[in-house]
Amino acid sequence: MGLAAILASLAFLSLLFISIIGKGYTAFWQTYVRLDVHLSADQLDRTELETADYPGIVKKTLRSMFPEVKSRGDKRKLYALISSGAAFQIREMVLEDPDLVGKTVSVWVPADDDVDMLVKGHIERDVPEEARRLTDKQLAWVDALTGEGRVEKRFNRTLFTHGDSREPELAGIWGATVGSFLTLAITLLLSFPIGVASAVYLEEFAPKNRWTDLIEVNINNLAAVPSIVFGLLGLAVFLNFFGLPRSAPVVGGLVLTLMTLPTIIIASRAALLAVPPSIREAALGVGASKMQTVFHHVLPLALPGMLTGTIIGMARALGETAPLLMIGMVAFIVDIPGGFTDPSTALPVQIYLWADSPEKAFVERTSAATLVLLAFLIVMNALAVVLRRRFERRW
Amino acid sequence: MFKKTILLAAALGLIFALGAGNAQAARDYISIVGSSTVYPFATVVAEQFGKTTSYKTPKIESTGSGGGLKLFCAGVGVEHPDITNASRAIKSSEKEMCVKNGVKEIVEVKIGYDGIVMANSKKSAPLKLTRRDIFLALAKEVPDPKGGEKLVANPYKTWKDVNPSLPNVKIEVLGPPPTSGTRDAFAELAMEAGAKTFDWIKAMKKTDKKAYKAVCHTVREDGAYIEAGENDNLIVQKLEANPDAFGIFGFSFLDQNTDKIQGSYIEGVQPTFDGIAAGDYPVSRPLFFYVKKAHVDVIPGMKEYLKEFTSEKAWGPDGYLSEKGMIPMPDAERKQYHNAVENLTPLMMK
Repeated sequence: MGLAAILASLAFLSLLFISIIGKGYTAFWQTYVRLDVHLSADQLDRTELETADYPGIVKKTLRSMFPEVKSRGDKRKLYALISSGAAFQIREMVLEDPDLVGKTVSVWVPADDDVDMLVKGHIERDVPEEARRLTDKQLAWVDALTGEGRVEKRFNRTLFTHGDSREPELAGIWGATVGSFLTLAITLLLSFPIGVASAVYLEEFAPKNRWTDLIEVNINNLAAVPSIVFGLLGLAVFLNFFGLPRSAPVVGGLVLTLMTLPTIIIASRAALLAVPPSIREAALGVGASKMQTVFHHVLPLALPGMLTGTIIGMARALGETAPLLMIGMVAFIVDIPGGFTDPSTALPVQIYLWADSPEKAFVERTSAATLVLLAFLIVMNALAVVLRRRFERRW
Repeated sequence: MFKKTILLAAALGLIFALGAGNAQAARDYISIVGSSTVYPFATVVAEQFGKTTSYKTPKIESTGSGGGLKLFCAGVGVEHPDITNASRAIKSSEKEMCVKNGVKEIVEVKIGYDGIVMANSKKSAPLKLTRRDIFLALAKEVPDPKGGEKLVANPYKTWKDVNPSLPNVKIEVLGPPPTSGTRDAFAELAMEAGAKTFDWIKAMKKTDKKAYKAVCHTVREDGAYIEAGENDNLIVQKLEANPDAFGIFGFSFLDQNTDKIQGSYIEGVQPTFDGIAAGDYPVSRPLFFYVKKAHVDVIPGMKEYLKEFTSEKAWGPDGYLSEKGMIPMPDAERKQYHNAVENLTPLMMK
């Protein structure tokens, strides 16, 4: 019976992994198109490189590659094959090296998400023209480019180095990852010392009376409170009362601290309880004070267990979106957060936002972001296991 | 250990105090809240704005129209949002709240239209519906099919029961939950309009407005209408798996998935870009955003953001917003709102 249950849950788990990996692995590659861009000196005034018409340069390049395209509508369709990010890429290139002006350079620029989907086989060619996002003409152009060897799937670095974007081919999870990191840093810095200190006090020093019983019951209750409630609390206390900024990792970290504290306190108390009384008695027996007993002998022995509890609490905090919703961290943020008060999102929030986007290319990116989040979670949990294995003492 | 902890806590407290102080004293990015329907359009403009100007990219939260207006009307000052997006016009109660909190001058900007579609899988035939059919198929209580001016619990099981010209398929509609603005708009534009085709229900509006609203807007709860959550991509996937089911969502999701799903005809018009833009498709609603006038000169980049949003390359018929599925306004209306933004004409706050 028990074996069947385990097998069933393993089957579901592998189904989940297969579906996410199956959908998501293609997002790690992105279709690029090679353009031979002529950076003519007429269009690029050396004194005004910042504000030059870079989209115009990309368009001109495309027109020169397909000189037969004349009508306005067709031109628009042609321009739609290349991501709007191409112009920014060329701008950055020119700003970095102004000597490029006047030369013709060959650059790989990201293709539009529809082209990317076509190359990856998510857009079917044999359906009627009006039933797909790309017209017959656009298909022919893409085929012509492919024939010339100008289309290539490359590793999608953008996904790991950029912030959010509404264009799937320019969207990345770096902004959300940094946001998650900043949030978790605050959470760890606050919840670990406070959690361990409360556990030590409650377990070793506090008198056993009605008050400590009440506190204990409350801590256990708090561990079971739905996380959104902590979000509401954060909104009322940190934003409305203390006036901290909305959407900031500081507030996210504070809210998640409240959420993980009960978990850490409970785990830490269990770890303290697991230290055999003989250690305490021996320490007291050779003349150590109560303080010395606890901090020199009991705490070091209990620390691995506490760390394990903390890491598991952190892993839960990493996967949390509900409390962040209330404090404004579910938001479209392009710029990478640079500090604790900059607006930012978190990884699970990014997944939630992408899952709700209409563009088809976001489906695979949603799965890819989920994979990254899962990887982080697995690493954290593995770390907890390793720490326990290495430092745990059995009596 | 204790000393360290205390030191750490003190240091952190200091960081917060400083950081919070800085963030409150000056905000160098635009803060936008509001409707999840306008979110995909506003974010495109924000990104474009952030990349082409020297200003920071605005921060956009998707809070829903009602939630956005609540935050927006909470007061004037950098801790409150500058702009709120809405998929409906501001209500008089919300205006009162704004005025009460000192937000006296707000500028209303209509940006375009959004069609709400009822779509199904391409594996089955498209449905030709009238709004009356929609009302009869989805309302909790409908006029007695045997006749008479009396309401009964919705007895219809298949589309054929509703209207003999429709196929003999079980009624199964996936749609948004009551918290969604899309649901509100659908109830108002499709169901209420359908209910009004019964003269005696229309007459109720004058005699008993509350009962009239309840009749028109209450969706059946016997399993024919399935609340599928706010995630429209999920509805699209479910429609693909079940060719008999229909889904209710915004036009942009139909636009992105034309290879898999098709929109039902409503009053003889299919939800296409041109059909909605021409005003022929009946279930479409205007989209807005509201600007706090007091913030325009305080937050850097506000004027430029407004200019970007109301430029032809953004909201025009060939603009990048139309590529994302927003239906542009007619020329005259665009001009009117463009001028309103240029002169920052405030809304009447009665």
